[in-house]
Amino acid sequence: MIEESVLQFEEKVIFALRSLYRKHGYLPYKMSKFEEYELYLRNKDFLVSDRVIAFNDTNGKLMALKPDVTLSIIKNGEDVKGVKQKVYYNENVYRVSESTHRFKEIMQTGLECIGDIDIFDIYEVITLAAESLSRISDKFYIEISNMDVICSLISEFCDDSEFIAKAMGFISQKNAHDLKILCGQYGVSDEDNEKISLLISLYGDRNDVINGLLEIYDKDKIGNICRLSEMLDNSPFSDKIKFDFSVINDMNYYNGFVFKGFVDGIYCGVLAGGQYDNMMKKMDRNSGAIGFALYLDRLEELYSDKENYDIDCLLLYDDKTDLLDVLKETDKLTAEGISVSCQKNIPEKLRYKTAIDLRKGRE
Amino acid sequence: MLNIALPKGRLGEKVYDMFEKAGYECPSIKENNRKLIFENPEKEVRYFWVKPSDVPIYVERGAADIGVAGKDILLEYQPSVYELLDLNVGKCRMTVAGKKDFFDDGKRTLKVATKFTNIASDYYAKLGRDIDIIKLNGSIELAPILNLSDVIVDIVETGNTLAENDLEVKQTILPISARLISNKASFKFKSGEIEKIVRSMKEQIKDL
Repeated sequence: MIEESVLQFEEKVIFALRSLYRKHGYLPYKMSKFEEYELYLRNKDFLVSDRVIAFNDTNGKLMALKPDVTLSIIKNGEDVKGVKQKVYYNENVYRVSESTHRFKEIMQTGLECIGDIDIFDIYEVITLAAESLSRISDKFYIEISNMDVICSLISEFCDDSEFIAKAMGFISQKNAHDLKILCGQYGVSDEDNEKISLLISLYGDRNDVINGLLEIYDKDKIGNICRLSEMLDNSPFSDKIKFDFSVINDMNYYNGFVFKGFVDGIYCGVLAGGQYDNMMKKMDRNSGAIGFALYLDRLEELYSDKENYDIDCLLLYDDKTDLLDVLKETDKLTAEGISVSCQKNIPEKLRYKTAIDLRKGRE
Repeated sequence: MLNIALPKGRLGEKVYDMFEKAGYECPSIKENNRKLIFENPEKEVRYFWVKPSDVPIYVERGAADIGVAGKDILLEYQPSVYELLDLNVGKCRMTVAGKKDFFDDGKRTLKVATKFTNIASDYYAKLGRDIDIIKLNGSIELAPILNLSDVIVDIVETGNTLAENDLEVKQTILPISARLISNKASFKFKSGEIEKIVRSMKEQIKDL
């Protein structure tokens, strides 16, 4: 049995999430640390950072230390009509850190649902994302957007691909002022600009957002959003799941629903996910997919090491001490749940609550 | 407690007045001392002065919930923040400037001195012009005078410094003004306070 007190915060989260995902029928997915380099070369835009640690295997094949898990799951997964593969993972990935610009090992956990997915799977994955965050903190939000809906609403007013890309960029920044200038540059009227800007000004409570959209757009255009929201009304985390169209991912890979998770006290998103059917198509798969990743390294922000001591008791002995006395004293203390470090000298950096001195040479 | 990063200098003082009008006053900030952090517990607000180019870093990393930064800094560093409002103050232009007698005939690599290497690279990449970037941190105007570069890419407010050094604006790349930015996570958890500030500032901008 593992004593919970010895587990670090991330480790406790990992155990809790494993149990959660298994409960919902997601199976563990274990993979090698290495993957063929070519997989990442072909799909480098899908990666958070496009640089990978590459090396030649003994057979000369160019391999890479995994910078991502999803691509491997797609590559090795089945692509059979009617079949649905539900997996979770807990793996280290190797990416370039944005701050140090050096490679970093990052612990990542997440799940993927690949195959003949429907609105229930989308609901289940988003609810599991919310429940995952609930295991970390009470104060969290999942924010959902829909790439297809945003794209179709914008293209109604101007179907220039450069305009759509730039407009989506401004929506992701909640930048209504530069969006207005952009609309002017592409001949989109002020009235239509107001309609596009709704995607920035409407966020938060799902019903408020839907009602706001329905004032401008037909229900059939936002049907998917309405259906998912109705289902999410039944989720135990319904009030934590909101709409925010500033959540936008790369259109080349993502489509449909995309979402991000935020926890109070962590300055950036800790969870990101969405439907990536476009990525599946790029890898010659016919089925759909949705999943999310939780960045465990970011949880460090949440807690600080509040322990003032490394050890409860420092037990000192020397060459003249009867070692049986050391043994008995150690057994007695550890049986009481007191941690003990037996040393001949006081270690310079060890922080201890109490000390027991069994050294005989001092007498 | 709402943490607000203000850019040191005249722009910071101007935008503080806007925050004050929005109901987030902090009288101690106007005391003449060397303090960097000012707090008004009653209004649950804390201000701090930082180097203008550092404001987006404080906001992106969540040390500040919101802040004010120039569009030039935002374009250069591309921080992952929300850009909530154009405050319509601190107006200037990002320009290409050079000696009055300089003409770019396009026959050789253009030497460009600038603090804003990303903005300059993007601008010339769109034009398909081959350039050599010389990164400087200050007194950019010296570069063309001493033939270190052909042109500079820099912000120009009145153009007086350029004129006094026999330089002129060759092209305007884009207009610049101060923007209200927010940390993405703070926007979720302190949305009430941030929205209140945005609403008030929108009204104040109308009156400018």
